[in-house]
Amino acid sequence: MDTILQGFSSAFKLITALDPELLKIIWLSLQVSAAALLLALILGLPLGALLALKRLPLRGLILSVINTGMGLPPVVVGLFVYLLLSRSGPLGFMELLYTPGAMIIAQLILSFPIVTSLSHTAIVNVNPIIRQAAQVLGANPLQEALTVIREARYGIMTGGIAALGRVTAEVGAVIMVGGNIAGYTRVMTTTIALETDKGNFDLAIALGIILLGLSLMINVAFRTLQKMGRTGSGVILWD
Amino acid sequence: MGLSLELAQISKAYNGQVILRDCSWVFETGLSHVLMGPNGTGKSTLLRICALLEAPDRGRVNYLADGRPLPLDLDLKRRITLLLPGVGVFNTSVFNNVAYGLKIRGINRKEIQAKVDATLEAVGLVEKKRQRALDLSTGQSKRLGLARAMVLEPEVIFLDEPTASIDQANTEIIEDIIMNLKAEKKATIIMVTHDPAQAERLGDRLLLIKDGKLWPG
Ligand SMILES: Nc1ncnc2c1ncn2[C@@H]1O[C@H](COP(=O)(O)OP(=O)(O)OP(=O)(O)O)[C@@H](O)[C@H]1O
Ligand SMILES: [Mg+2]
Repeated sequence: MDTILQGFSSAFKLITALDPELLKIIWLSLQVSAAALLLALILGLPLGALLALKRLPLRGLILSVINTGMGLPPVVVGLFVYLLLSRSGPLGFMELLYTPGAMIIAQLILSFPIVTSLSHTAIVNVNPIIRQAAQVLGANPLQEALTVIREARYGIMTGGIAALGRVTAEVGAVIMVGGNIAGYTRVMTTTIALETDKGNFDLAIALGIILLGLSLMINVAFRTLQKMGRTGSGVILWD
Repeated sequence: MGLSLELAQISKAYNGQVILRDCSWVFETGLSHVLMGPNGTGKSTLLRICALLEAPDRGRVNYLADGRPLPLDLDLKRRITLLLPGVGVFNTSVFNNVAYGLKIRGINRKEIQAKVDATLEAVGLVEKKRQRALDLSTGQSKRLGLARAMVLEPEVIFLDEPTASIDQANTEIIEDIIMNLKAEKKATIIMVTHDPAQAERLGDRLLLIKDGKLWPG
C-alpha cells in the first residue's frame, strides 16, 4: 500500500514539475502517433473513398481483408515489421529497426485499416441524393466525389480518432520494433511496461495518468464527433 | 437560339418492370411544360433521364442548338439542372449551398457573392444566409433548392414536385419564381405536379404520362 501511495505522490511531483524526461517521452509518443495517423489518413481515406464510390473489382475481398486488419494483434504486426526491417529483411537496407521510423510504420499498419474501414462506412452511408444533387448542379466526377466525401467528414474524423486511440494505447508492436531505447524510442506505453518491470513506479504511474487523460480526451472527442454527425449539429461548415 | 430538348423513343425498365416505353416528345423552347400522372408512373424517372442523371435503356435524349444535336457532356450538363424532389441539401451553410454550382464552375468570389445574395433575396432566404442549411424547414429547403438551381441560370430547368408539402403562401412564392424564370430568364421549364390547378396556372403545355407513354393533356 505504501509503495502505491508513494508512487502516486512522486508521480504527481513529476507531472507538476514538468519533468524533462517525462515530457520527452510524451512528446515522442505524440509525434510517432501523429505521424502514423497522418500517413494512415493519407493512404486510408482515398482507399476508403475509392471502395465506397467506385465499383472496383475484388471490392468485397479488399473490404474483408481491411476489416480483418482492424483486429490485428499488435504483436503480429510487431513481428511482421521486425522481419521486414531486420538486417536480412527486404527493407533491412533502410536501417529503420529500433528507430522512431519503425514505430511509425508499426502504428501505421495498426491504424490504416481503421481509418480505411471507417472512412468507407462513413462515405457509403452518405445519402445518395447528395451525389445526385452534386451532379445536377454541374459537378464533374472528381467534384462529385469530393462533395460526397465532405458530407462524410464527421464519420471520417471519428475514424481518425478511433485509430489514434488504438495506436497511443498500444505496446506490443512498438516495443518489438522500437526497442524501447531510453531517450530515443521510449514512448509512454513502453516506458510504463519497462519501469513497472523494474519496480520503478513513479514514472510508470505518472505516464499512466497522462495516458488515461489522453485516452479520456480522445473518447470525448470521439463521442462529440459521433453526435455531431448524427444530429448534424456541428459547426464545421465547409467553405 | 437556345437549347431545345427532344426525346426519341426512350425506354426504361427497373428490375424487368417497364416504366417508360418508347417515349417521344418535342419540348418547345422557352415554354413551361407540366407533367402529371398517378404515383409510380415514371415521372421522376423521366425527369432524371432528361436531366442526364440516368441513361435510358433504349432511345435518346437529344439536346439541340441551332438544330444540331449536342454531345451529352459536362458543358451541356452545366446548361441544364433539376430540382430533386428531396432537394439534397448539403451539410453546410445556406450561402455555401447556393454558391456550390458557381464554385465548381470556377467563378470568382466577388461574382459568387453578388449572385448568391441576389438569389437568396429572390427566394426570401437572405436572413438565413449564414445558417446551417439542414436546419431549414421543408418549404425553406425547397426554396433553397430552387435558389441553388436558379443561380446557375439554366436554359432548361426540371422541377420535380417543387411545391409538394408546401403551404399556400410559400407555394405562391415558388410559383412566382418559376414564372419569373420563364419570363425573364427565358428558361424552358419542365415540371411535375399533382395539383391540376397549379398545372393550369403554370403550364403552357400539359403532358400526361400513362402506360409508360407521354400524352398531350
Ligand atoms: N432506382 C430505382 N430502382 C428500382 N426501381 C425504381 C427506381 N426508381 C424508380 N423505380 C420504380 O419505377 C417506378 C416509377 O417511379 P417514379 O419515381 O419515376 O414514379 P413517379 O411517377 O415520380 O411517382 P410519384 O408521383 O410517386 O413521385 C416505380 O414503380 C418505382 O418503384
Ligand atoms: Mg416522383
